[in-house]
Amino acid sequence: MKKTIVPLGPFHPLLEEAEYFKLIVEGEKVVDIDMRVGYMHRGIEELSTQKTWDQSTFVVERICGICSTSHPMAYVLAVEDLCGCEVPDRAKYIRSIICELERIHSHLLWVGLAGHFIGYDTVFMWGWKYREPVLDICEKLTGNRNHYAMMKPGGVRRDLNNDDFAWVHKEMDKVIKSTEMLVGAVLDDPVLHARTKGIGVLSKKDAIGYGTLGPTVRASGIPDDIRTDDPYNAYDRVDWKVITWEGGDVFAKAAVRLLEIIESAKIVKQCMDDMPDGPIDANIKNMPPGEGIGHAEAPRGEVFHYVRGDGGNSAVRHKVRAPSFMNIPSFKATCVGHTISDVALITAAVDPCYCCTERMAVVERATDKLVMSGRELEECSRKATENLKKEYGSPTKVEKTVQKILSDF
Amino acid sequence: MSLTRWALKKSPWVYHVALSPCNNCDIEILDLLTPRFDVERFGIKLVGSPRHADALLVSGSVNRHVLPRFIELYKQTAKPCVVFGIGSCALSMTMFRDSYNTVGPLDKVVKEIDPNAIIAYVPGCPPKPEAMILGVVKALQTL
Ligand code: SF4
Repeated sequence: MKKTIVPLGPFHPLLEEAEYFKLIVEGEKVVDIDMRVGYMHRGIEELSTQKTWDQSTFVVERICGICSTSHPMAYVLAVEDLCGCEVPDRAKYIRSIICELERIHSHLLWVGLAGHFIGYDTVFMWGWKYREPVLDICEKLTGNRNHYAMMKPGGVRRDLNNDDFAWVHKEMDKVIKSTEMLVGAVLDDPVLHARTKGIGVLSKKDAIGYGTLGPTVRASGIPDDIRTDDPYNAYDRVDWKVITWEGGDVFAKAAVRLLEIIESAKIVKQCMDDMPDGPIDANIKNMPPGEGIGHAEAPRGEVFHYVRGDGGNSAVRHKVRAPSFMNIPSFKATCVGHTISDVALITAAVDPCYCCTERMAVVERATDKLVMSGRELEECSRKATENLKKEYGSPTKVEKTVQKILSDF
Repeated sequence: MSLTRWALKKSPWVYHVALSPCNNCDIEILDLLTPRFDVERFGIKLVGSPRHADALLVSGSVNRHVLPRFIELYKQTAKPCVVFGIGSCALSMTMFRDSYNTVGPLDKVVKEIDPNAIIAYVPGCPPKPEAMILGVVKALQTL
C-alpha cells in the first residue's frame, strides 16, 4: 500500500505544547513515527550557570510548569550533595507534602487530558474539576497555584502554618473521595475499556530496553520508583506502597496514575500528622568546588540533575535529564501498528512533557535557523564515540590510552 | 468604531499558541474551560484553527525555532484580531531574557509582522485564570 505522511503539529488542537509528529501511514495504520522537537527550547542549563546557586532554583522551576517542584527538588538535592549538608527534618516533611500535592494535580490533569484525547470530554471536565481543590491547597500553603518556589538549597523557603493542616486534611479527604469515584467511573467504563485495553502495549522487555521511567514503567509491572529505591525527603518514614499494574497498555497507565493519587494523598496526610517542629533551613554558608547529583521522582518519572561548581557563586555546569526524555522514544515500540486515532492517545499515555525534554539545540545566529536538534546532536556524539573507537581499536586499547593520559597528569 | 471591530467584542473565539513557555500558562489557559471557570458561558471558545480565531492567546518568550511558525500562524489569523500575551514571559521574558535562544518579547515580534496589531497583556507567572478573564474583558471593552 502507498505510504503517506500525516503531519501533526507544531500547533495542533490536540497538543498544548508545540511539537511536531510525522506519522507515516498506510491507509489508517501507522507504520512509522518520527518527531521534531526544539520548539520549547529556552537554554535553561546555560541560563542556570549565569545565575547564583540560589537563583537557579527559580530557573529550574520554570523548566516545566507541571513538574514545577520536581525539578527544583532534584536540583537542591544535587546542590546539597555537592556541599554535603544535612537538611532539617521539618524541611524534609514540608518538601514531601509539596511534592506529593504536585503529583496529585499532575495525575488528575493527565486523566482529564487522556479523556479529552479519546473524545470523552466528561472525564476531561471531571479530572480538572477535582484538580481545582488541590490547587487551592497549594495556593493556601505556598501562595501560588503553580510554581511554588518552596525549594531552597538546604531547606525550604517558607514555613507551613500548622493551623492550616486541619483544613488541608478535610480537603484531602474530599480529594480521596472524588478520586475513588473517578477510579470507579473510569476503570469500569466499557467505552474506556474498549478504547484503552490492549492499546499501545509496552512489554516488560521494551520498558526496560527503552529505559522508561515513572508510571510508564510501573504500568508494565516493574516497581521502579526513586522514592523507595533511593529514599529522599520523608518517604522512608511514612507508610505507602508503590503502585504497579500488569499489561503495559494505556489502561494500565491510567490505572497506575489514578491509584497513585490515593497513595500520594495518604503521604500528604501522614506528613502533616508527623510534622516535627524545628528549623526549616540548614543555612548553607559556602559552596565547595566539586560535583553533585540529585534525583527525584517527578509525576512522570525520575528527574536527574547534575551540578558542578568551582567554589564560586554559581554552577559551572548544570545538566538536567527529564523523565520524558526516556519515555518518548518508547513511542517507536507502542505506536507502530495502531490507527491514527489511537496514536494520539498512546503518545499522550506516557504524559510526555516537551518543555522538560528540550534541553539541547544548535541555532545558527545569522539566519535564526535551527541547524541541529537534540536528536542530531545525539547522533553526532555517537559518531564521535565510534570514531574514537576506530582510532583506538579495541576497548582495552581505549582504556590503556585513558590510563596513559591520567598518568601523564 | 468599524463594523469588524464591533463584531470582535461579542463571543470572542480564541486560539492558543505556545511559543516556548514553561507549560504552566498553557495549563492555566486550558483551566479556563473547565467547570470552575467555564468561560464558554461567556461565549469564549477555544478553537482548533487560527482561521476561526478572533484572538490569539500567546504564552511564552518566543524562541528562534518557533518564530517562523508563529509568523505564518499570525498571517493566517483573520484580521482584525487581538493578541493576548499571557504571563510574564510574553510580557518581558523574565529570566529568559538572557537566554541565547529567545528572540522575544512578544510585542516586538508581533509589531514587526503587523505594525497595527492590537496587543494586550496579562501579567503573572502564571496569571490566575480569573486574571485572564479580566484581561480579556478589559481588552474587549477598550476596542
Ligand atoms: S510566565 Fe511563568 S508560568 Fe507563564 S510560561 Fe512564563 S515562566 Fe511559565
